[in-house]
Amino acid sequence: MTTKLMGEAVQRVEDDRLVRGGGQYVDDIDLDALHIAVLRSPHAHARIISIDVDPVLDIEGVHAVWTYDDLEGAMAEPLPLLIPHPTLTHGRTQYALARDEVNYVGEAIAMVVADDRYLAEDAVAQIAVEYELLPAVVGVEAARAAENLVHDDVPGNIAARSEQSNGDAEAAIKAAPHTLSLDLDIERSACMPMEGRGVTARWDTANGRLQVWTSTQTSTGVRAAVAAKLGLDLLQVDVITPDVGGGFGVKINHPWPEELLVSLAAQRLGRPVKFTEDRREHFISSAHERAQLHHVDVGFDDEGRLLGLDVRFWHDHGAYTPYGLIVPINASTQLVGPYKTGPYRVTFDSLYTNTVIVTPYRGAGRPQGCFVMERTMDAIAAYLGKDRADVREVNLIQPDEFPYDHGLVFQDGRETIYDSGDFPTMLQKIKALVGWDDFESYRAEMAAQGRRVGIGLAAYVEGTGAGPYEGAHVNIESSGKVKVATGLTSQGQGHQTAFAQIVADELGVPFEDVEITTGDTRRMAYAVGTFASRAAVMSGSAIHLAAKKAKEKALRIASDALEADPEDLQIVDGVVSVKGSPGTSINLGTVAVLSNPLRYAFDEASKAATQFSVGDATKPPVAEGDEPGLEGKDFYSPTRSTFASGMHAVIVETDPDTAEITILKYAVVHDCGTVINPMIVEGQIHGGVAQGIGGALYEKMAYDESGQLLNASFMDFLMPYVTEVPDAIDVDHLETPSPLNPLGIKGAGEAGVIPGSAAIAAAIEDAEGLPITAMPISPSELFELRAQHAVAATTPEEN
Amino acid sequence: MKPTAFDYARPETLEEAVQALGSHPDAKVLAGGQSLVPLMSMRLAAPALIVDINHLPGLDHVTADASGVRIGALARHADVLASADVRRVQPLVSLALANVAHPTIRNRGTTVGSIVHADAAAEMPMVLQLLGGSVDVVGSGGRRTITADELYVAPLESSLAHDEVAVEAFFPALPAGSGVAFEEISRRHGDYAMCGVAAVVAVEDGRVTSARAGYLSVSDVPTVVDLTDALGGSVDEAALARAAEAALAQLEPETDIHATAAYRAHLAKVLTARVLTAAHDHAREE
Repeated sequence: MTTKLMGEAVQRVEDDRLVRGGGQYVDDIDLDALHIAVLRSPHAHARIISIDVDPVLDIEGVHAVWTYDDLEGAMAEPLPLLIPHPTLTHGRTQYALARDEVNYVGEAIAMVVADDRYLAEDAVAQIAVEYELLPAVVGVEAARAAENLVHDDVPGNIAARSEQSNGDAEAAIKAAPHTLSLDLDIERSACMPMEGRGVTARWDTANGRLQVWTSTQTSTGVRAAVAAKLGLDLLQVDVITPDVGGGFGVKINHPWPEELLVSLAAQRLGRPVKFTEDRREHFISSAHERAQLHHVDVGFDDEGRLLGLDVRFWHDHGAYTPYGLIVPINASTQLVGPYKTGPYRVTFDSLYTNTVIVTPYRGAGRPQGCFVMERTMDAIAAYLGKDRADVREVNLIQPDEFPYDHGLVFQDGRETIYDSGDFPTMLQKIKALVGWDDFESYRAEMAAQGRRVGIGLAAYVEGTGAGPYEGAHVNIESSGKVKVATGLTSQGQGHQTAFAQIVADELGVPFEDVEITTGDTRRMAYAVGTFASRAAVMSGSAIHLAAKKAKEKALRIASDALEADPEDLQIVDGVVSVKGSPGTSINLGTVAVLSNPLRYAFDEASKAATQFSVGDATKPPVAEGDEPGLEGKDFYSPTRSTFASGMHAVIVETDPDTAEITILKYAVVHDCGTVINPMIVEGQIHGGVAQGIGGALYEKMAYDESGQLLNASFMDFLMPYVTEVPDAIDVDHLETPSPLNPLGIKGAGEAGVIPGSAAIAAAIEDAEGLPITAMPISPSELFELRAQHAVAATTPEEN
Repeated sequence: MKPTAFDYARPETLEEAVQALGSHPDAKVLAGGQSLVPLMSMRLAAPALIVDINHLPGLDHVTADASGVRIGALARHADVLASADVRRVQPLVSLALANVAHPTIRNRGTTVGSIVHADAAAEMPMVLQLLGGSVDVVGSGGRRTITADELYVAPLESSLAHDEVAVEAFFPALPAGSGVAFEEISRRHGDYAMCGVAAVVAVEDGRVTSARAGYLSVSDVPTVVDLTDALGGSVDEAALARAAEAALAQLEPETDIHATAAYRAHLAKVLTARVLTAAHDHAREE
């Protein structure tokens, strides 16, 4: 009997290739292409008076130099606003090349196509642009003050003002025995995948077809966008996503100007053309996220039970809104976490600033929401003098309360209804894992050595597996090998492994015989993309369904060949046999041959198939309603998202002298429903925790007042090294299968990053005894906080 | 992130290297390339000629004798760090090198290159200055020795003539009865420090007879402060506090995106006390 692979820690099949440098990324695709370089705005806000490209025209090896004036038709229109929303009343997007105004340092103004990137960069440096400088709006405070406007026609810099509530929060807070107000601040960071953006395109003049390779999280999205902008039919465009060196959200936004410009250049010049983004470009022209200011009013009872919650926040959206309001909507709806909040009202303003655009970055608004909710929980506990875990416990949604409807509309336009979970058990598990109840003795022991430690806890619920759909195509070859295609893309998640586990289990074939292709529109034209922790839920389910269809067909054909009832058949290790009669069998490959009533015997498999006679000579060889081939194709489209959850706890040490912050222990309890592969899930958690630590202690975009990004390199934008991440991250799983999909899966991709800032802020606050209301925090900032706190403590209160 | 076009020379002898450097006013020496190459890629530097000295013979030595440690221009940080002789003869060199960036960078980067790059945030220029070391250079005028005091003339500027190649750095041995210590605080492991301090303390009959400290990232050139008088012979709490204040008077910490000036100043004080204590302990072990 084949061992079930679902739930097994199968070693990732992609790693050998990727770790040894055998990956094939966009930049590795060698078509002898021309290269583009882009002239980017050096100013955060300016009107373009004139552009002089004359100095570039005669440079040997330069093939084209284009500005906005060289764009035509749809290419001359603004880039699409991908996800409109009724409250996004003032959505704005940029042009592929700036028309008359630039709104952030890094905005594309002109492009050069040259023999190589060196030459293209030389040429870009020769383009002369005359600017009229305009005042730059940098940061949420400046955007709110609206003394200057980013877009002349957007009053108050407000792209969107949105409010949701599930009751009268104001009245509930007013009536509550205790109330608190908090102001909380999260700064800007960014995804920073190892591979930046990249795109290569080839135009086939003879056939009028465009092939595009791009480092994206959605090949179908890019395909549709390129076709629309270039005025091509979808069937004229193939988009292929090779290995992608990380996405974390930034590559779901599309089309990037360069995806269009490279495609256009390939078509116009009749030569392959490529763009490989460099790191500085990534900092100043790809997307950022996270910056929000929040104000919380909360009412609660003597036990810390929430009676009403009113949150207002201001979201820094950057210069444009191509990806709509996904981030602030996530923040506003996911903020509630595993808690019953009482009447909840949330209002946000999405504000324009003259900085890089904001689109989802792993977590996508949830880290901010989690920070707000969890800081509020800690503040309540401090106010009441209660244990922070106890305050959380009294607020948890109970296992018998699922499905739990928060009465809020989620980012997918569907209701925020939690499908399953067990939060009280999770809380017990995280407390046990981190040693919550024994911490005071540990603290005393450390204090005796002159060391200062603190502990923190944070919980989250994450809507994962957003629709609308994904599909899969399963094709069993006459070799017995199973070729599976799903349309969403891979950025190193381990799809080849996890999806093969699903197929091997469903079809009863050896794991090694399953090959997964992702992100190739030639193989699967209908797909959405890899984001919102949705690949396992969406494509995993679709693959399961498609494999099921292929299996049904295989059994039907095999039952004819073996003259047995399909229900008496089983497939084990790629062989269909009659249960209890193993001698009566047929290989799946042979079934595949039989499925295609072609007369020609090409190979051994065909010859082997001739011993079986299938079908009735009086009927057509391909029966009505049937198709040749041993294939299964299906789509999965759920009614709403599935909600994963987790809790993190962390112990930090702060140096009393130098204010250095060190993580001593990091513990995670995670519930993503049925686990396909625990090794992959743990890998996702480890990576997420590392990014969470980055967001909590290291990463921020340091813009100056004029909108220049001061740390646009890996020397000054500090992502944690392995030396900054704890050696061990303790992980415990909890599995409450989702009732929404056939496998019970929930998403796991983003989870690890969500509670990082919340948990670490809590631990630092616990160690230091002073409130931590803004993250990230550096040793220098902690030092300054200590100084302010010391001054405040010695200054008599003015009453 | 692609450098502008440049000419490239790969001399086989020192004479050819000097000639090549002299042939163009905008020529630059390439050794480990760990600072120069990123600067060129970001187009913050655009030398017209690169003189790659990696094929010059006889410059990759790391030797130590009773007088001190000699490091050739092509010796990589990793080679120096791996030398037990260096650690024995002048332990401060090894202590500091362990804080220079990461292993991959230390495998390529050269100690002499770092010294003549003259970055006040780098470890080795400060250590050379603190230990009173020197650099031997060869140019059209022949070979000469530049003491550390004369080497650092301005931020990121050494006193090497345009056509001179640094061929060897010399760090004097640690005298008997002396101890050293090094500590730096950086945002992440291997980053440039927000503040770093090294100390050399000499002890005779239980009394501190000499104490000097060198500072990273709290001034725009490598800075060394003599703290002998401030300590007044001892390393008790009061003496350490006096020393820290005395040091701070000589420093000009500045605010940047990683640390405020006040925080850097605070770190300078904390680390001054820590390294003086550690160097004092080390001296008593010696």
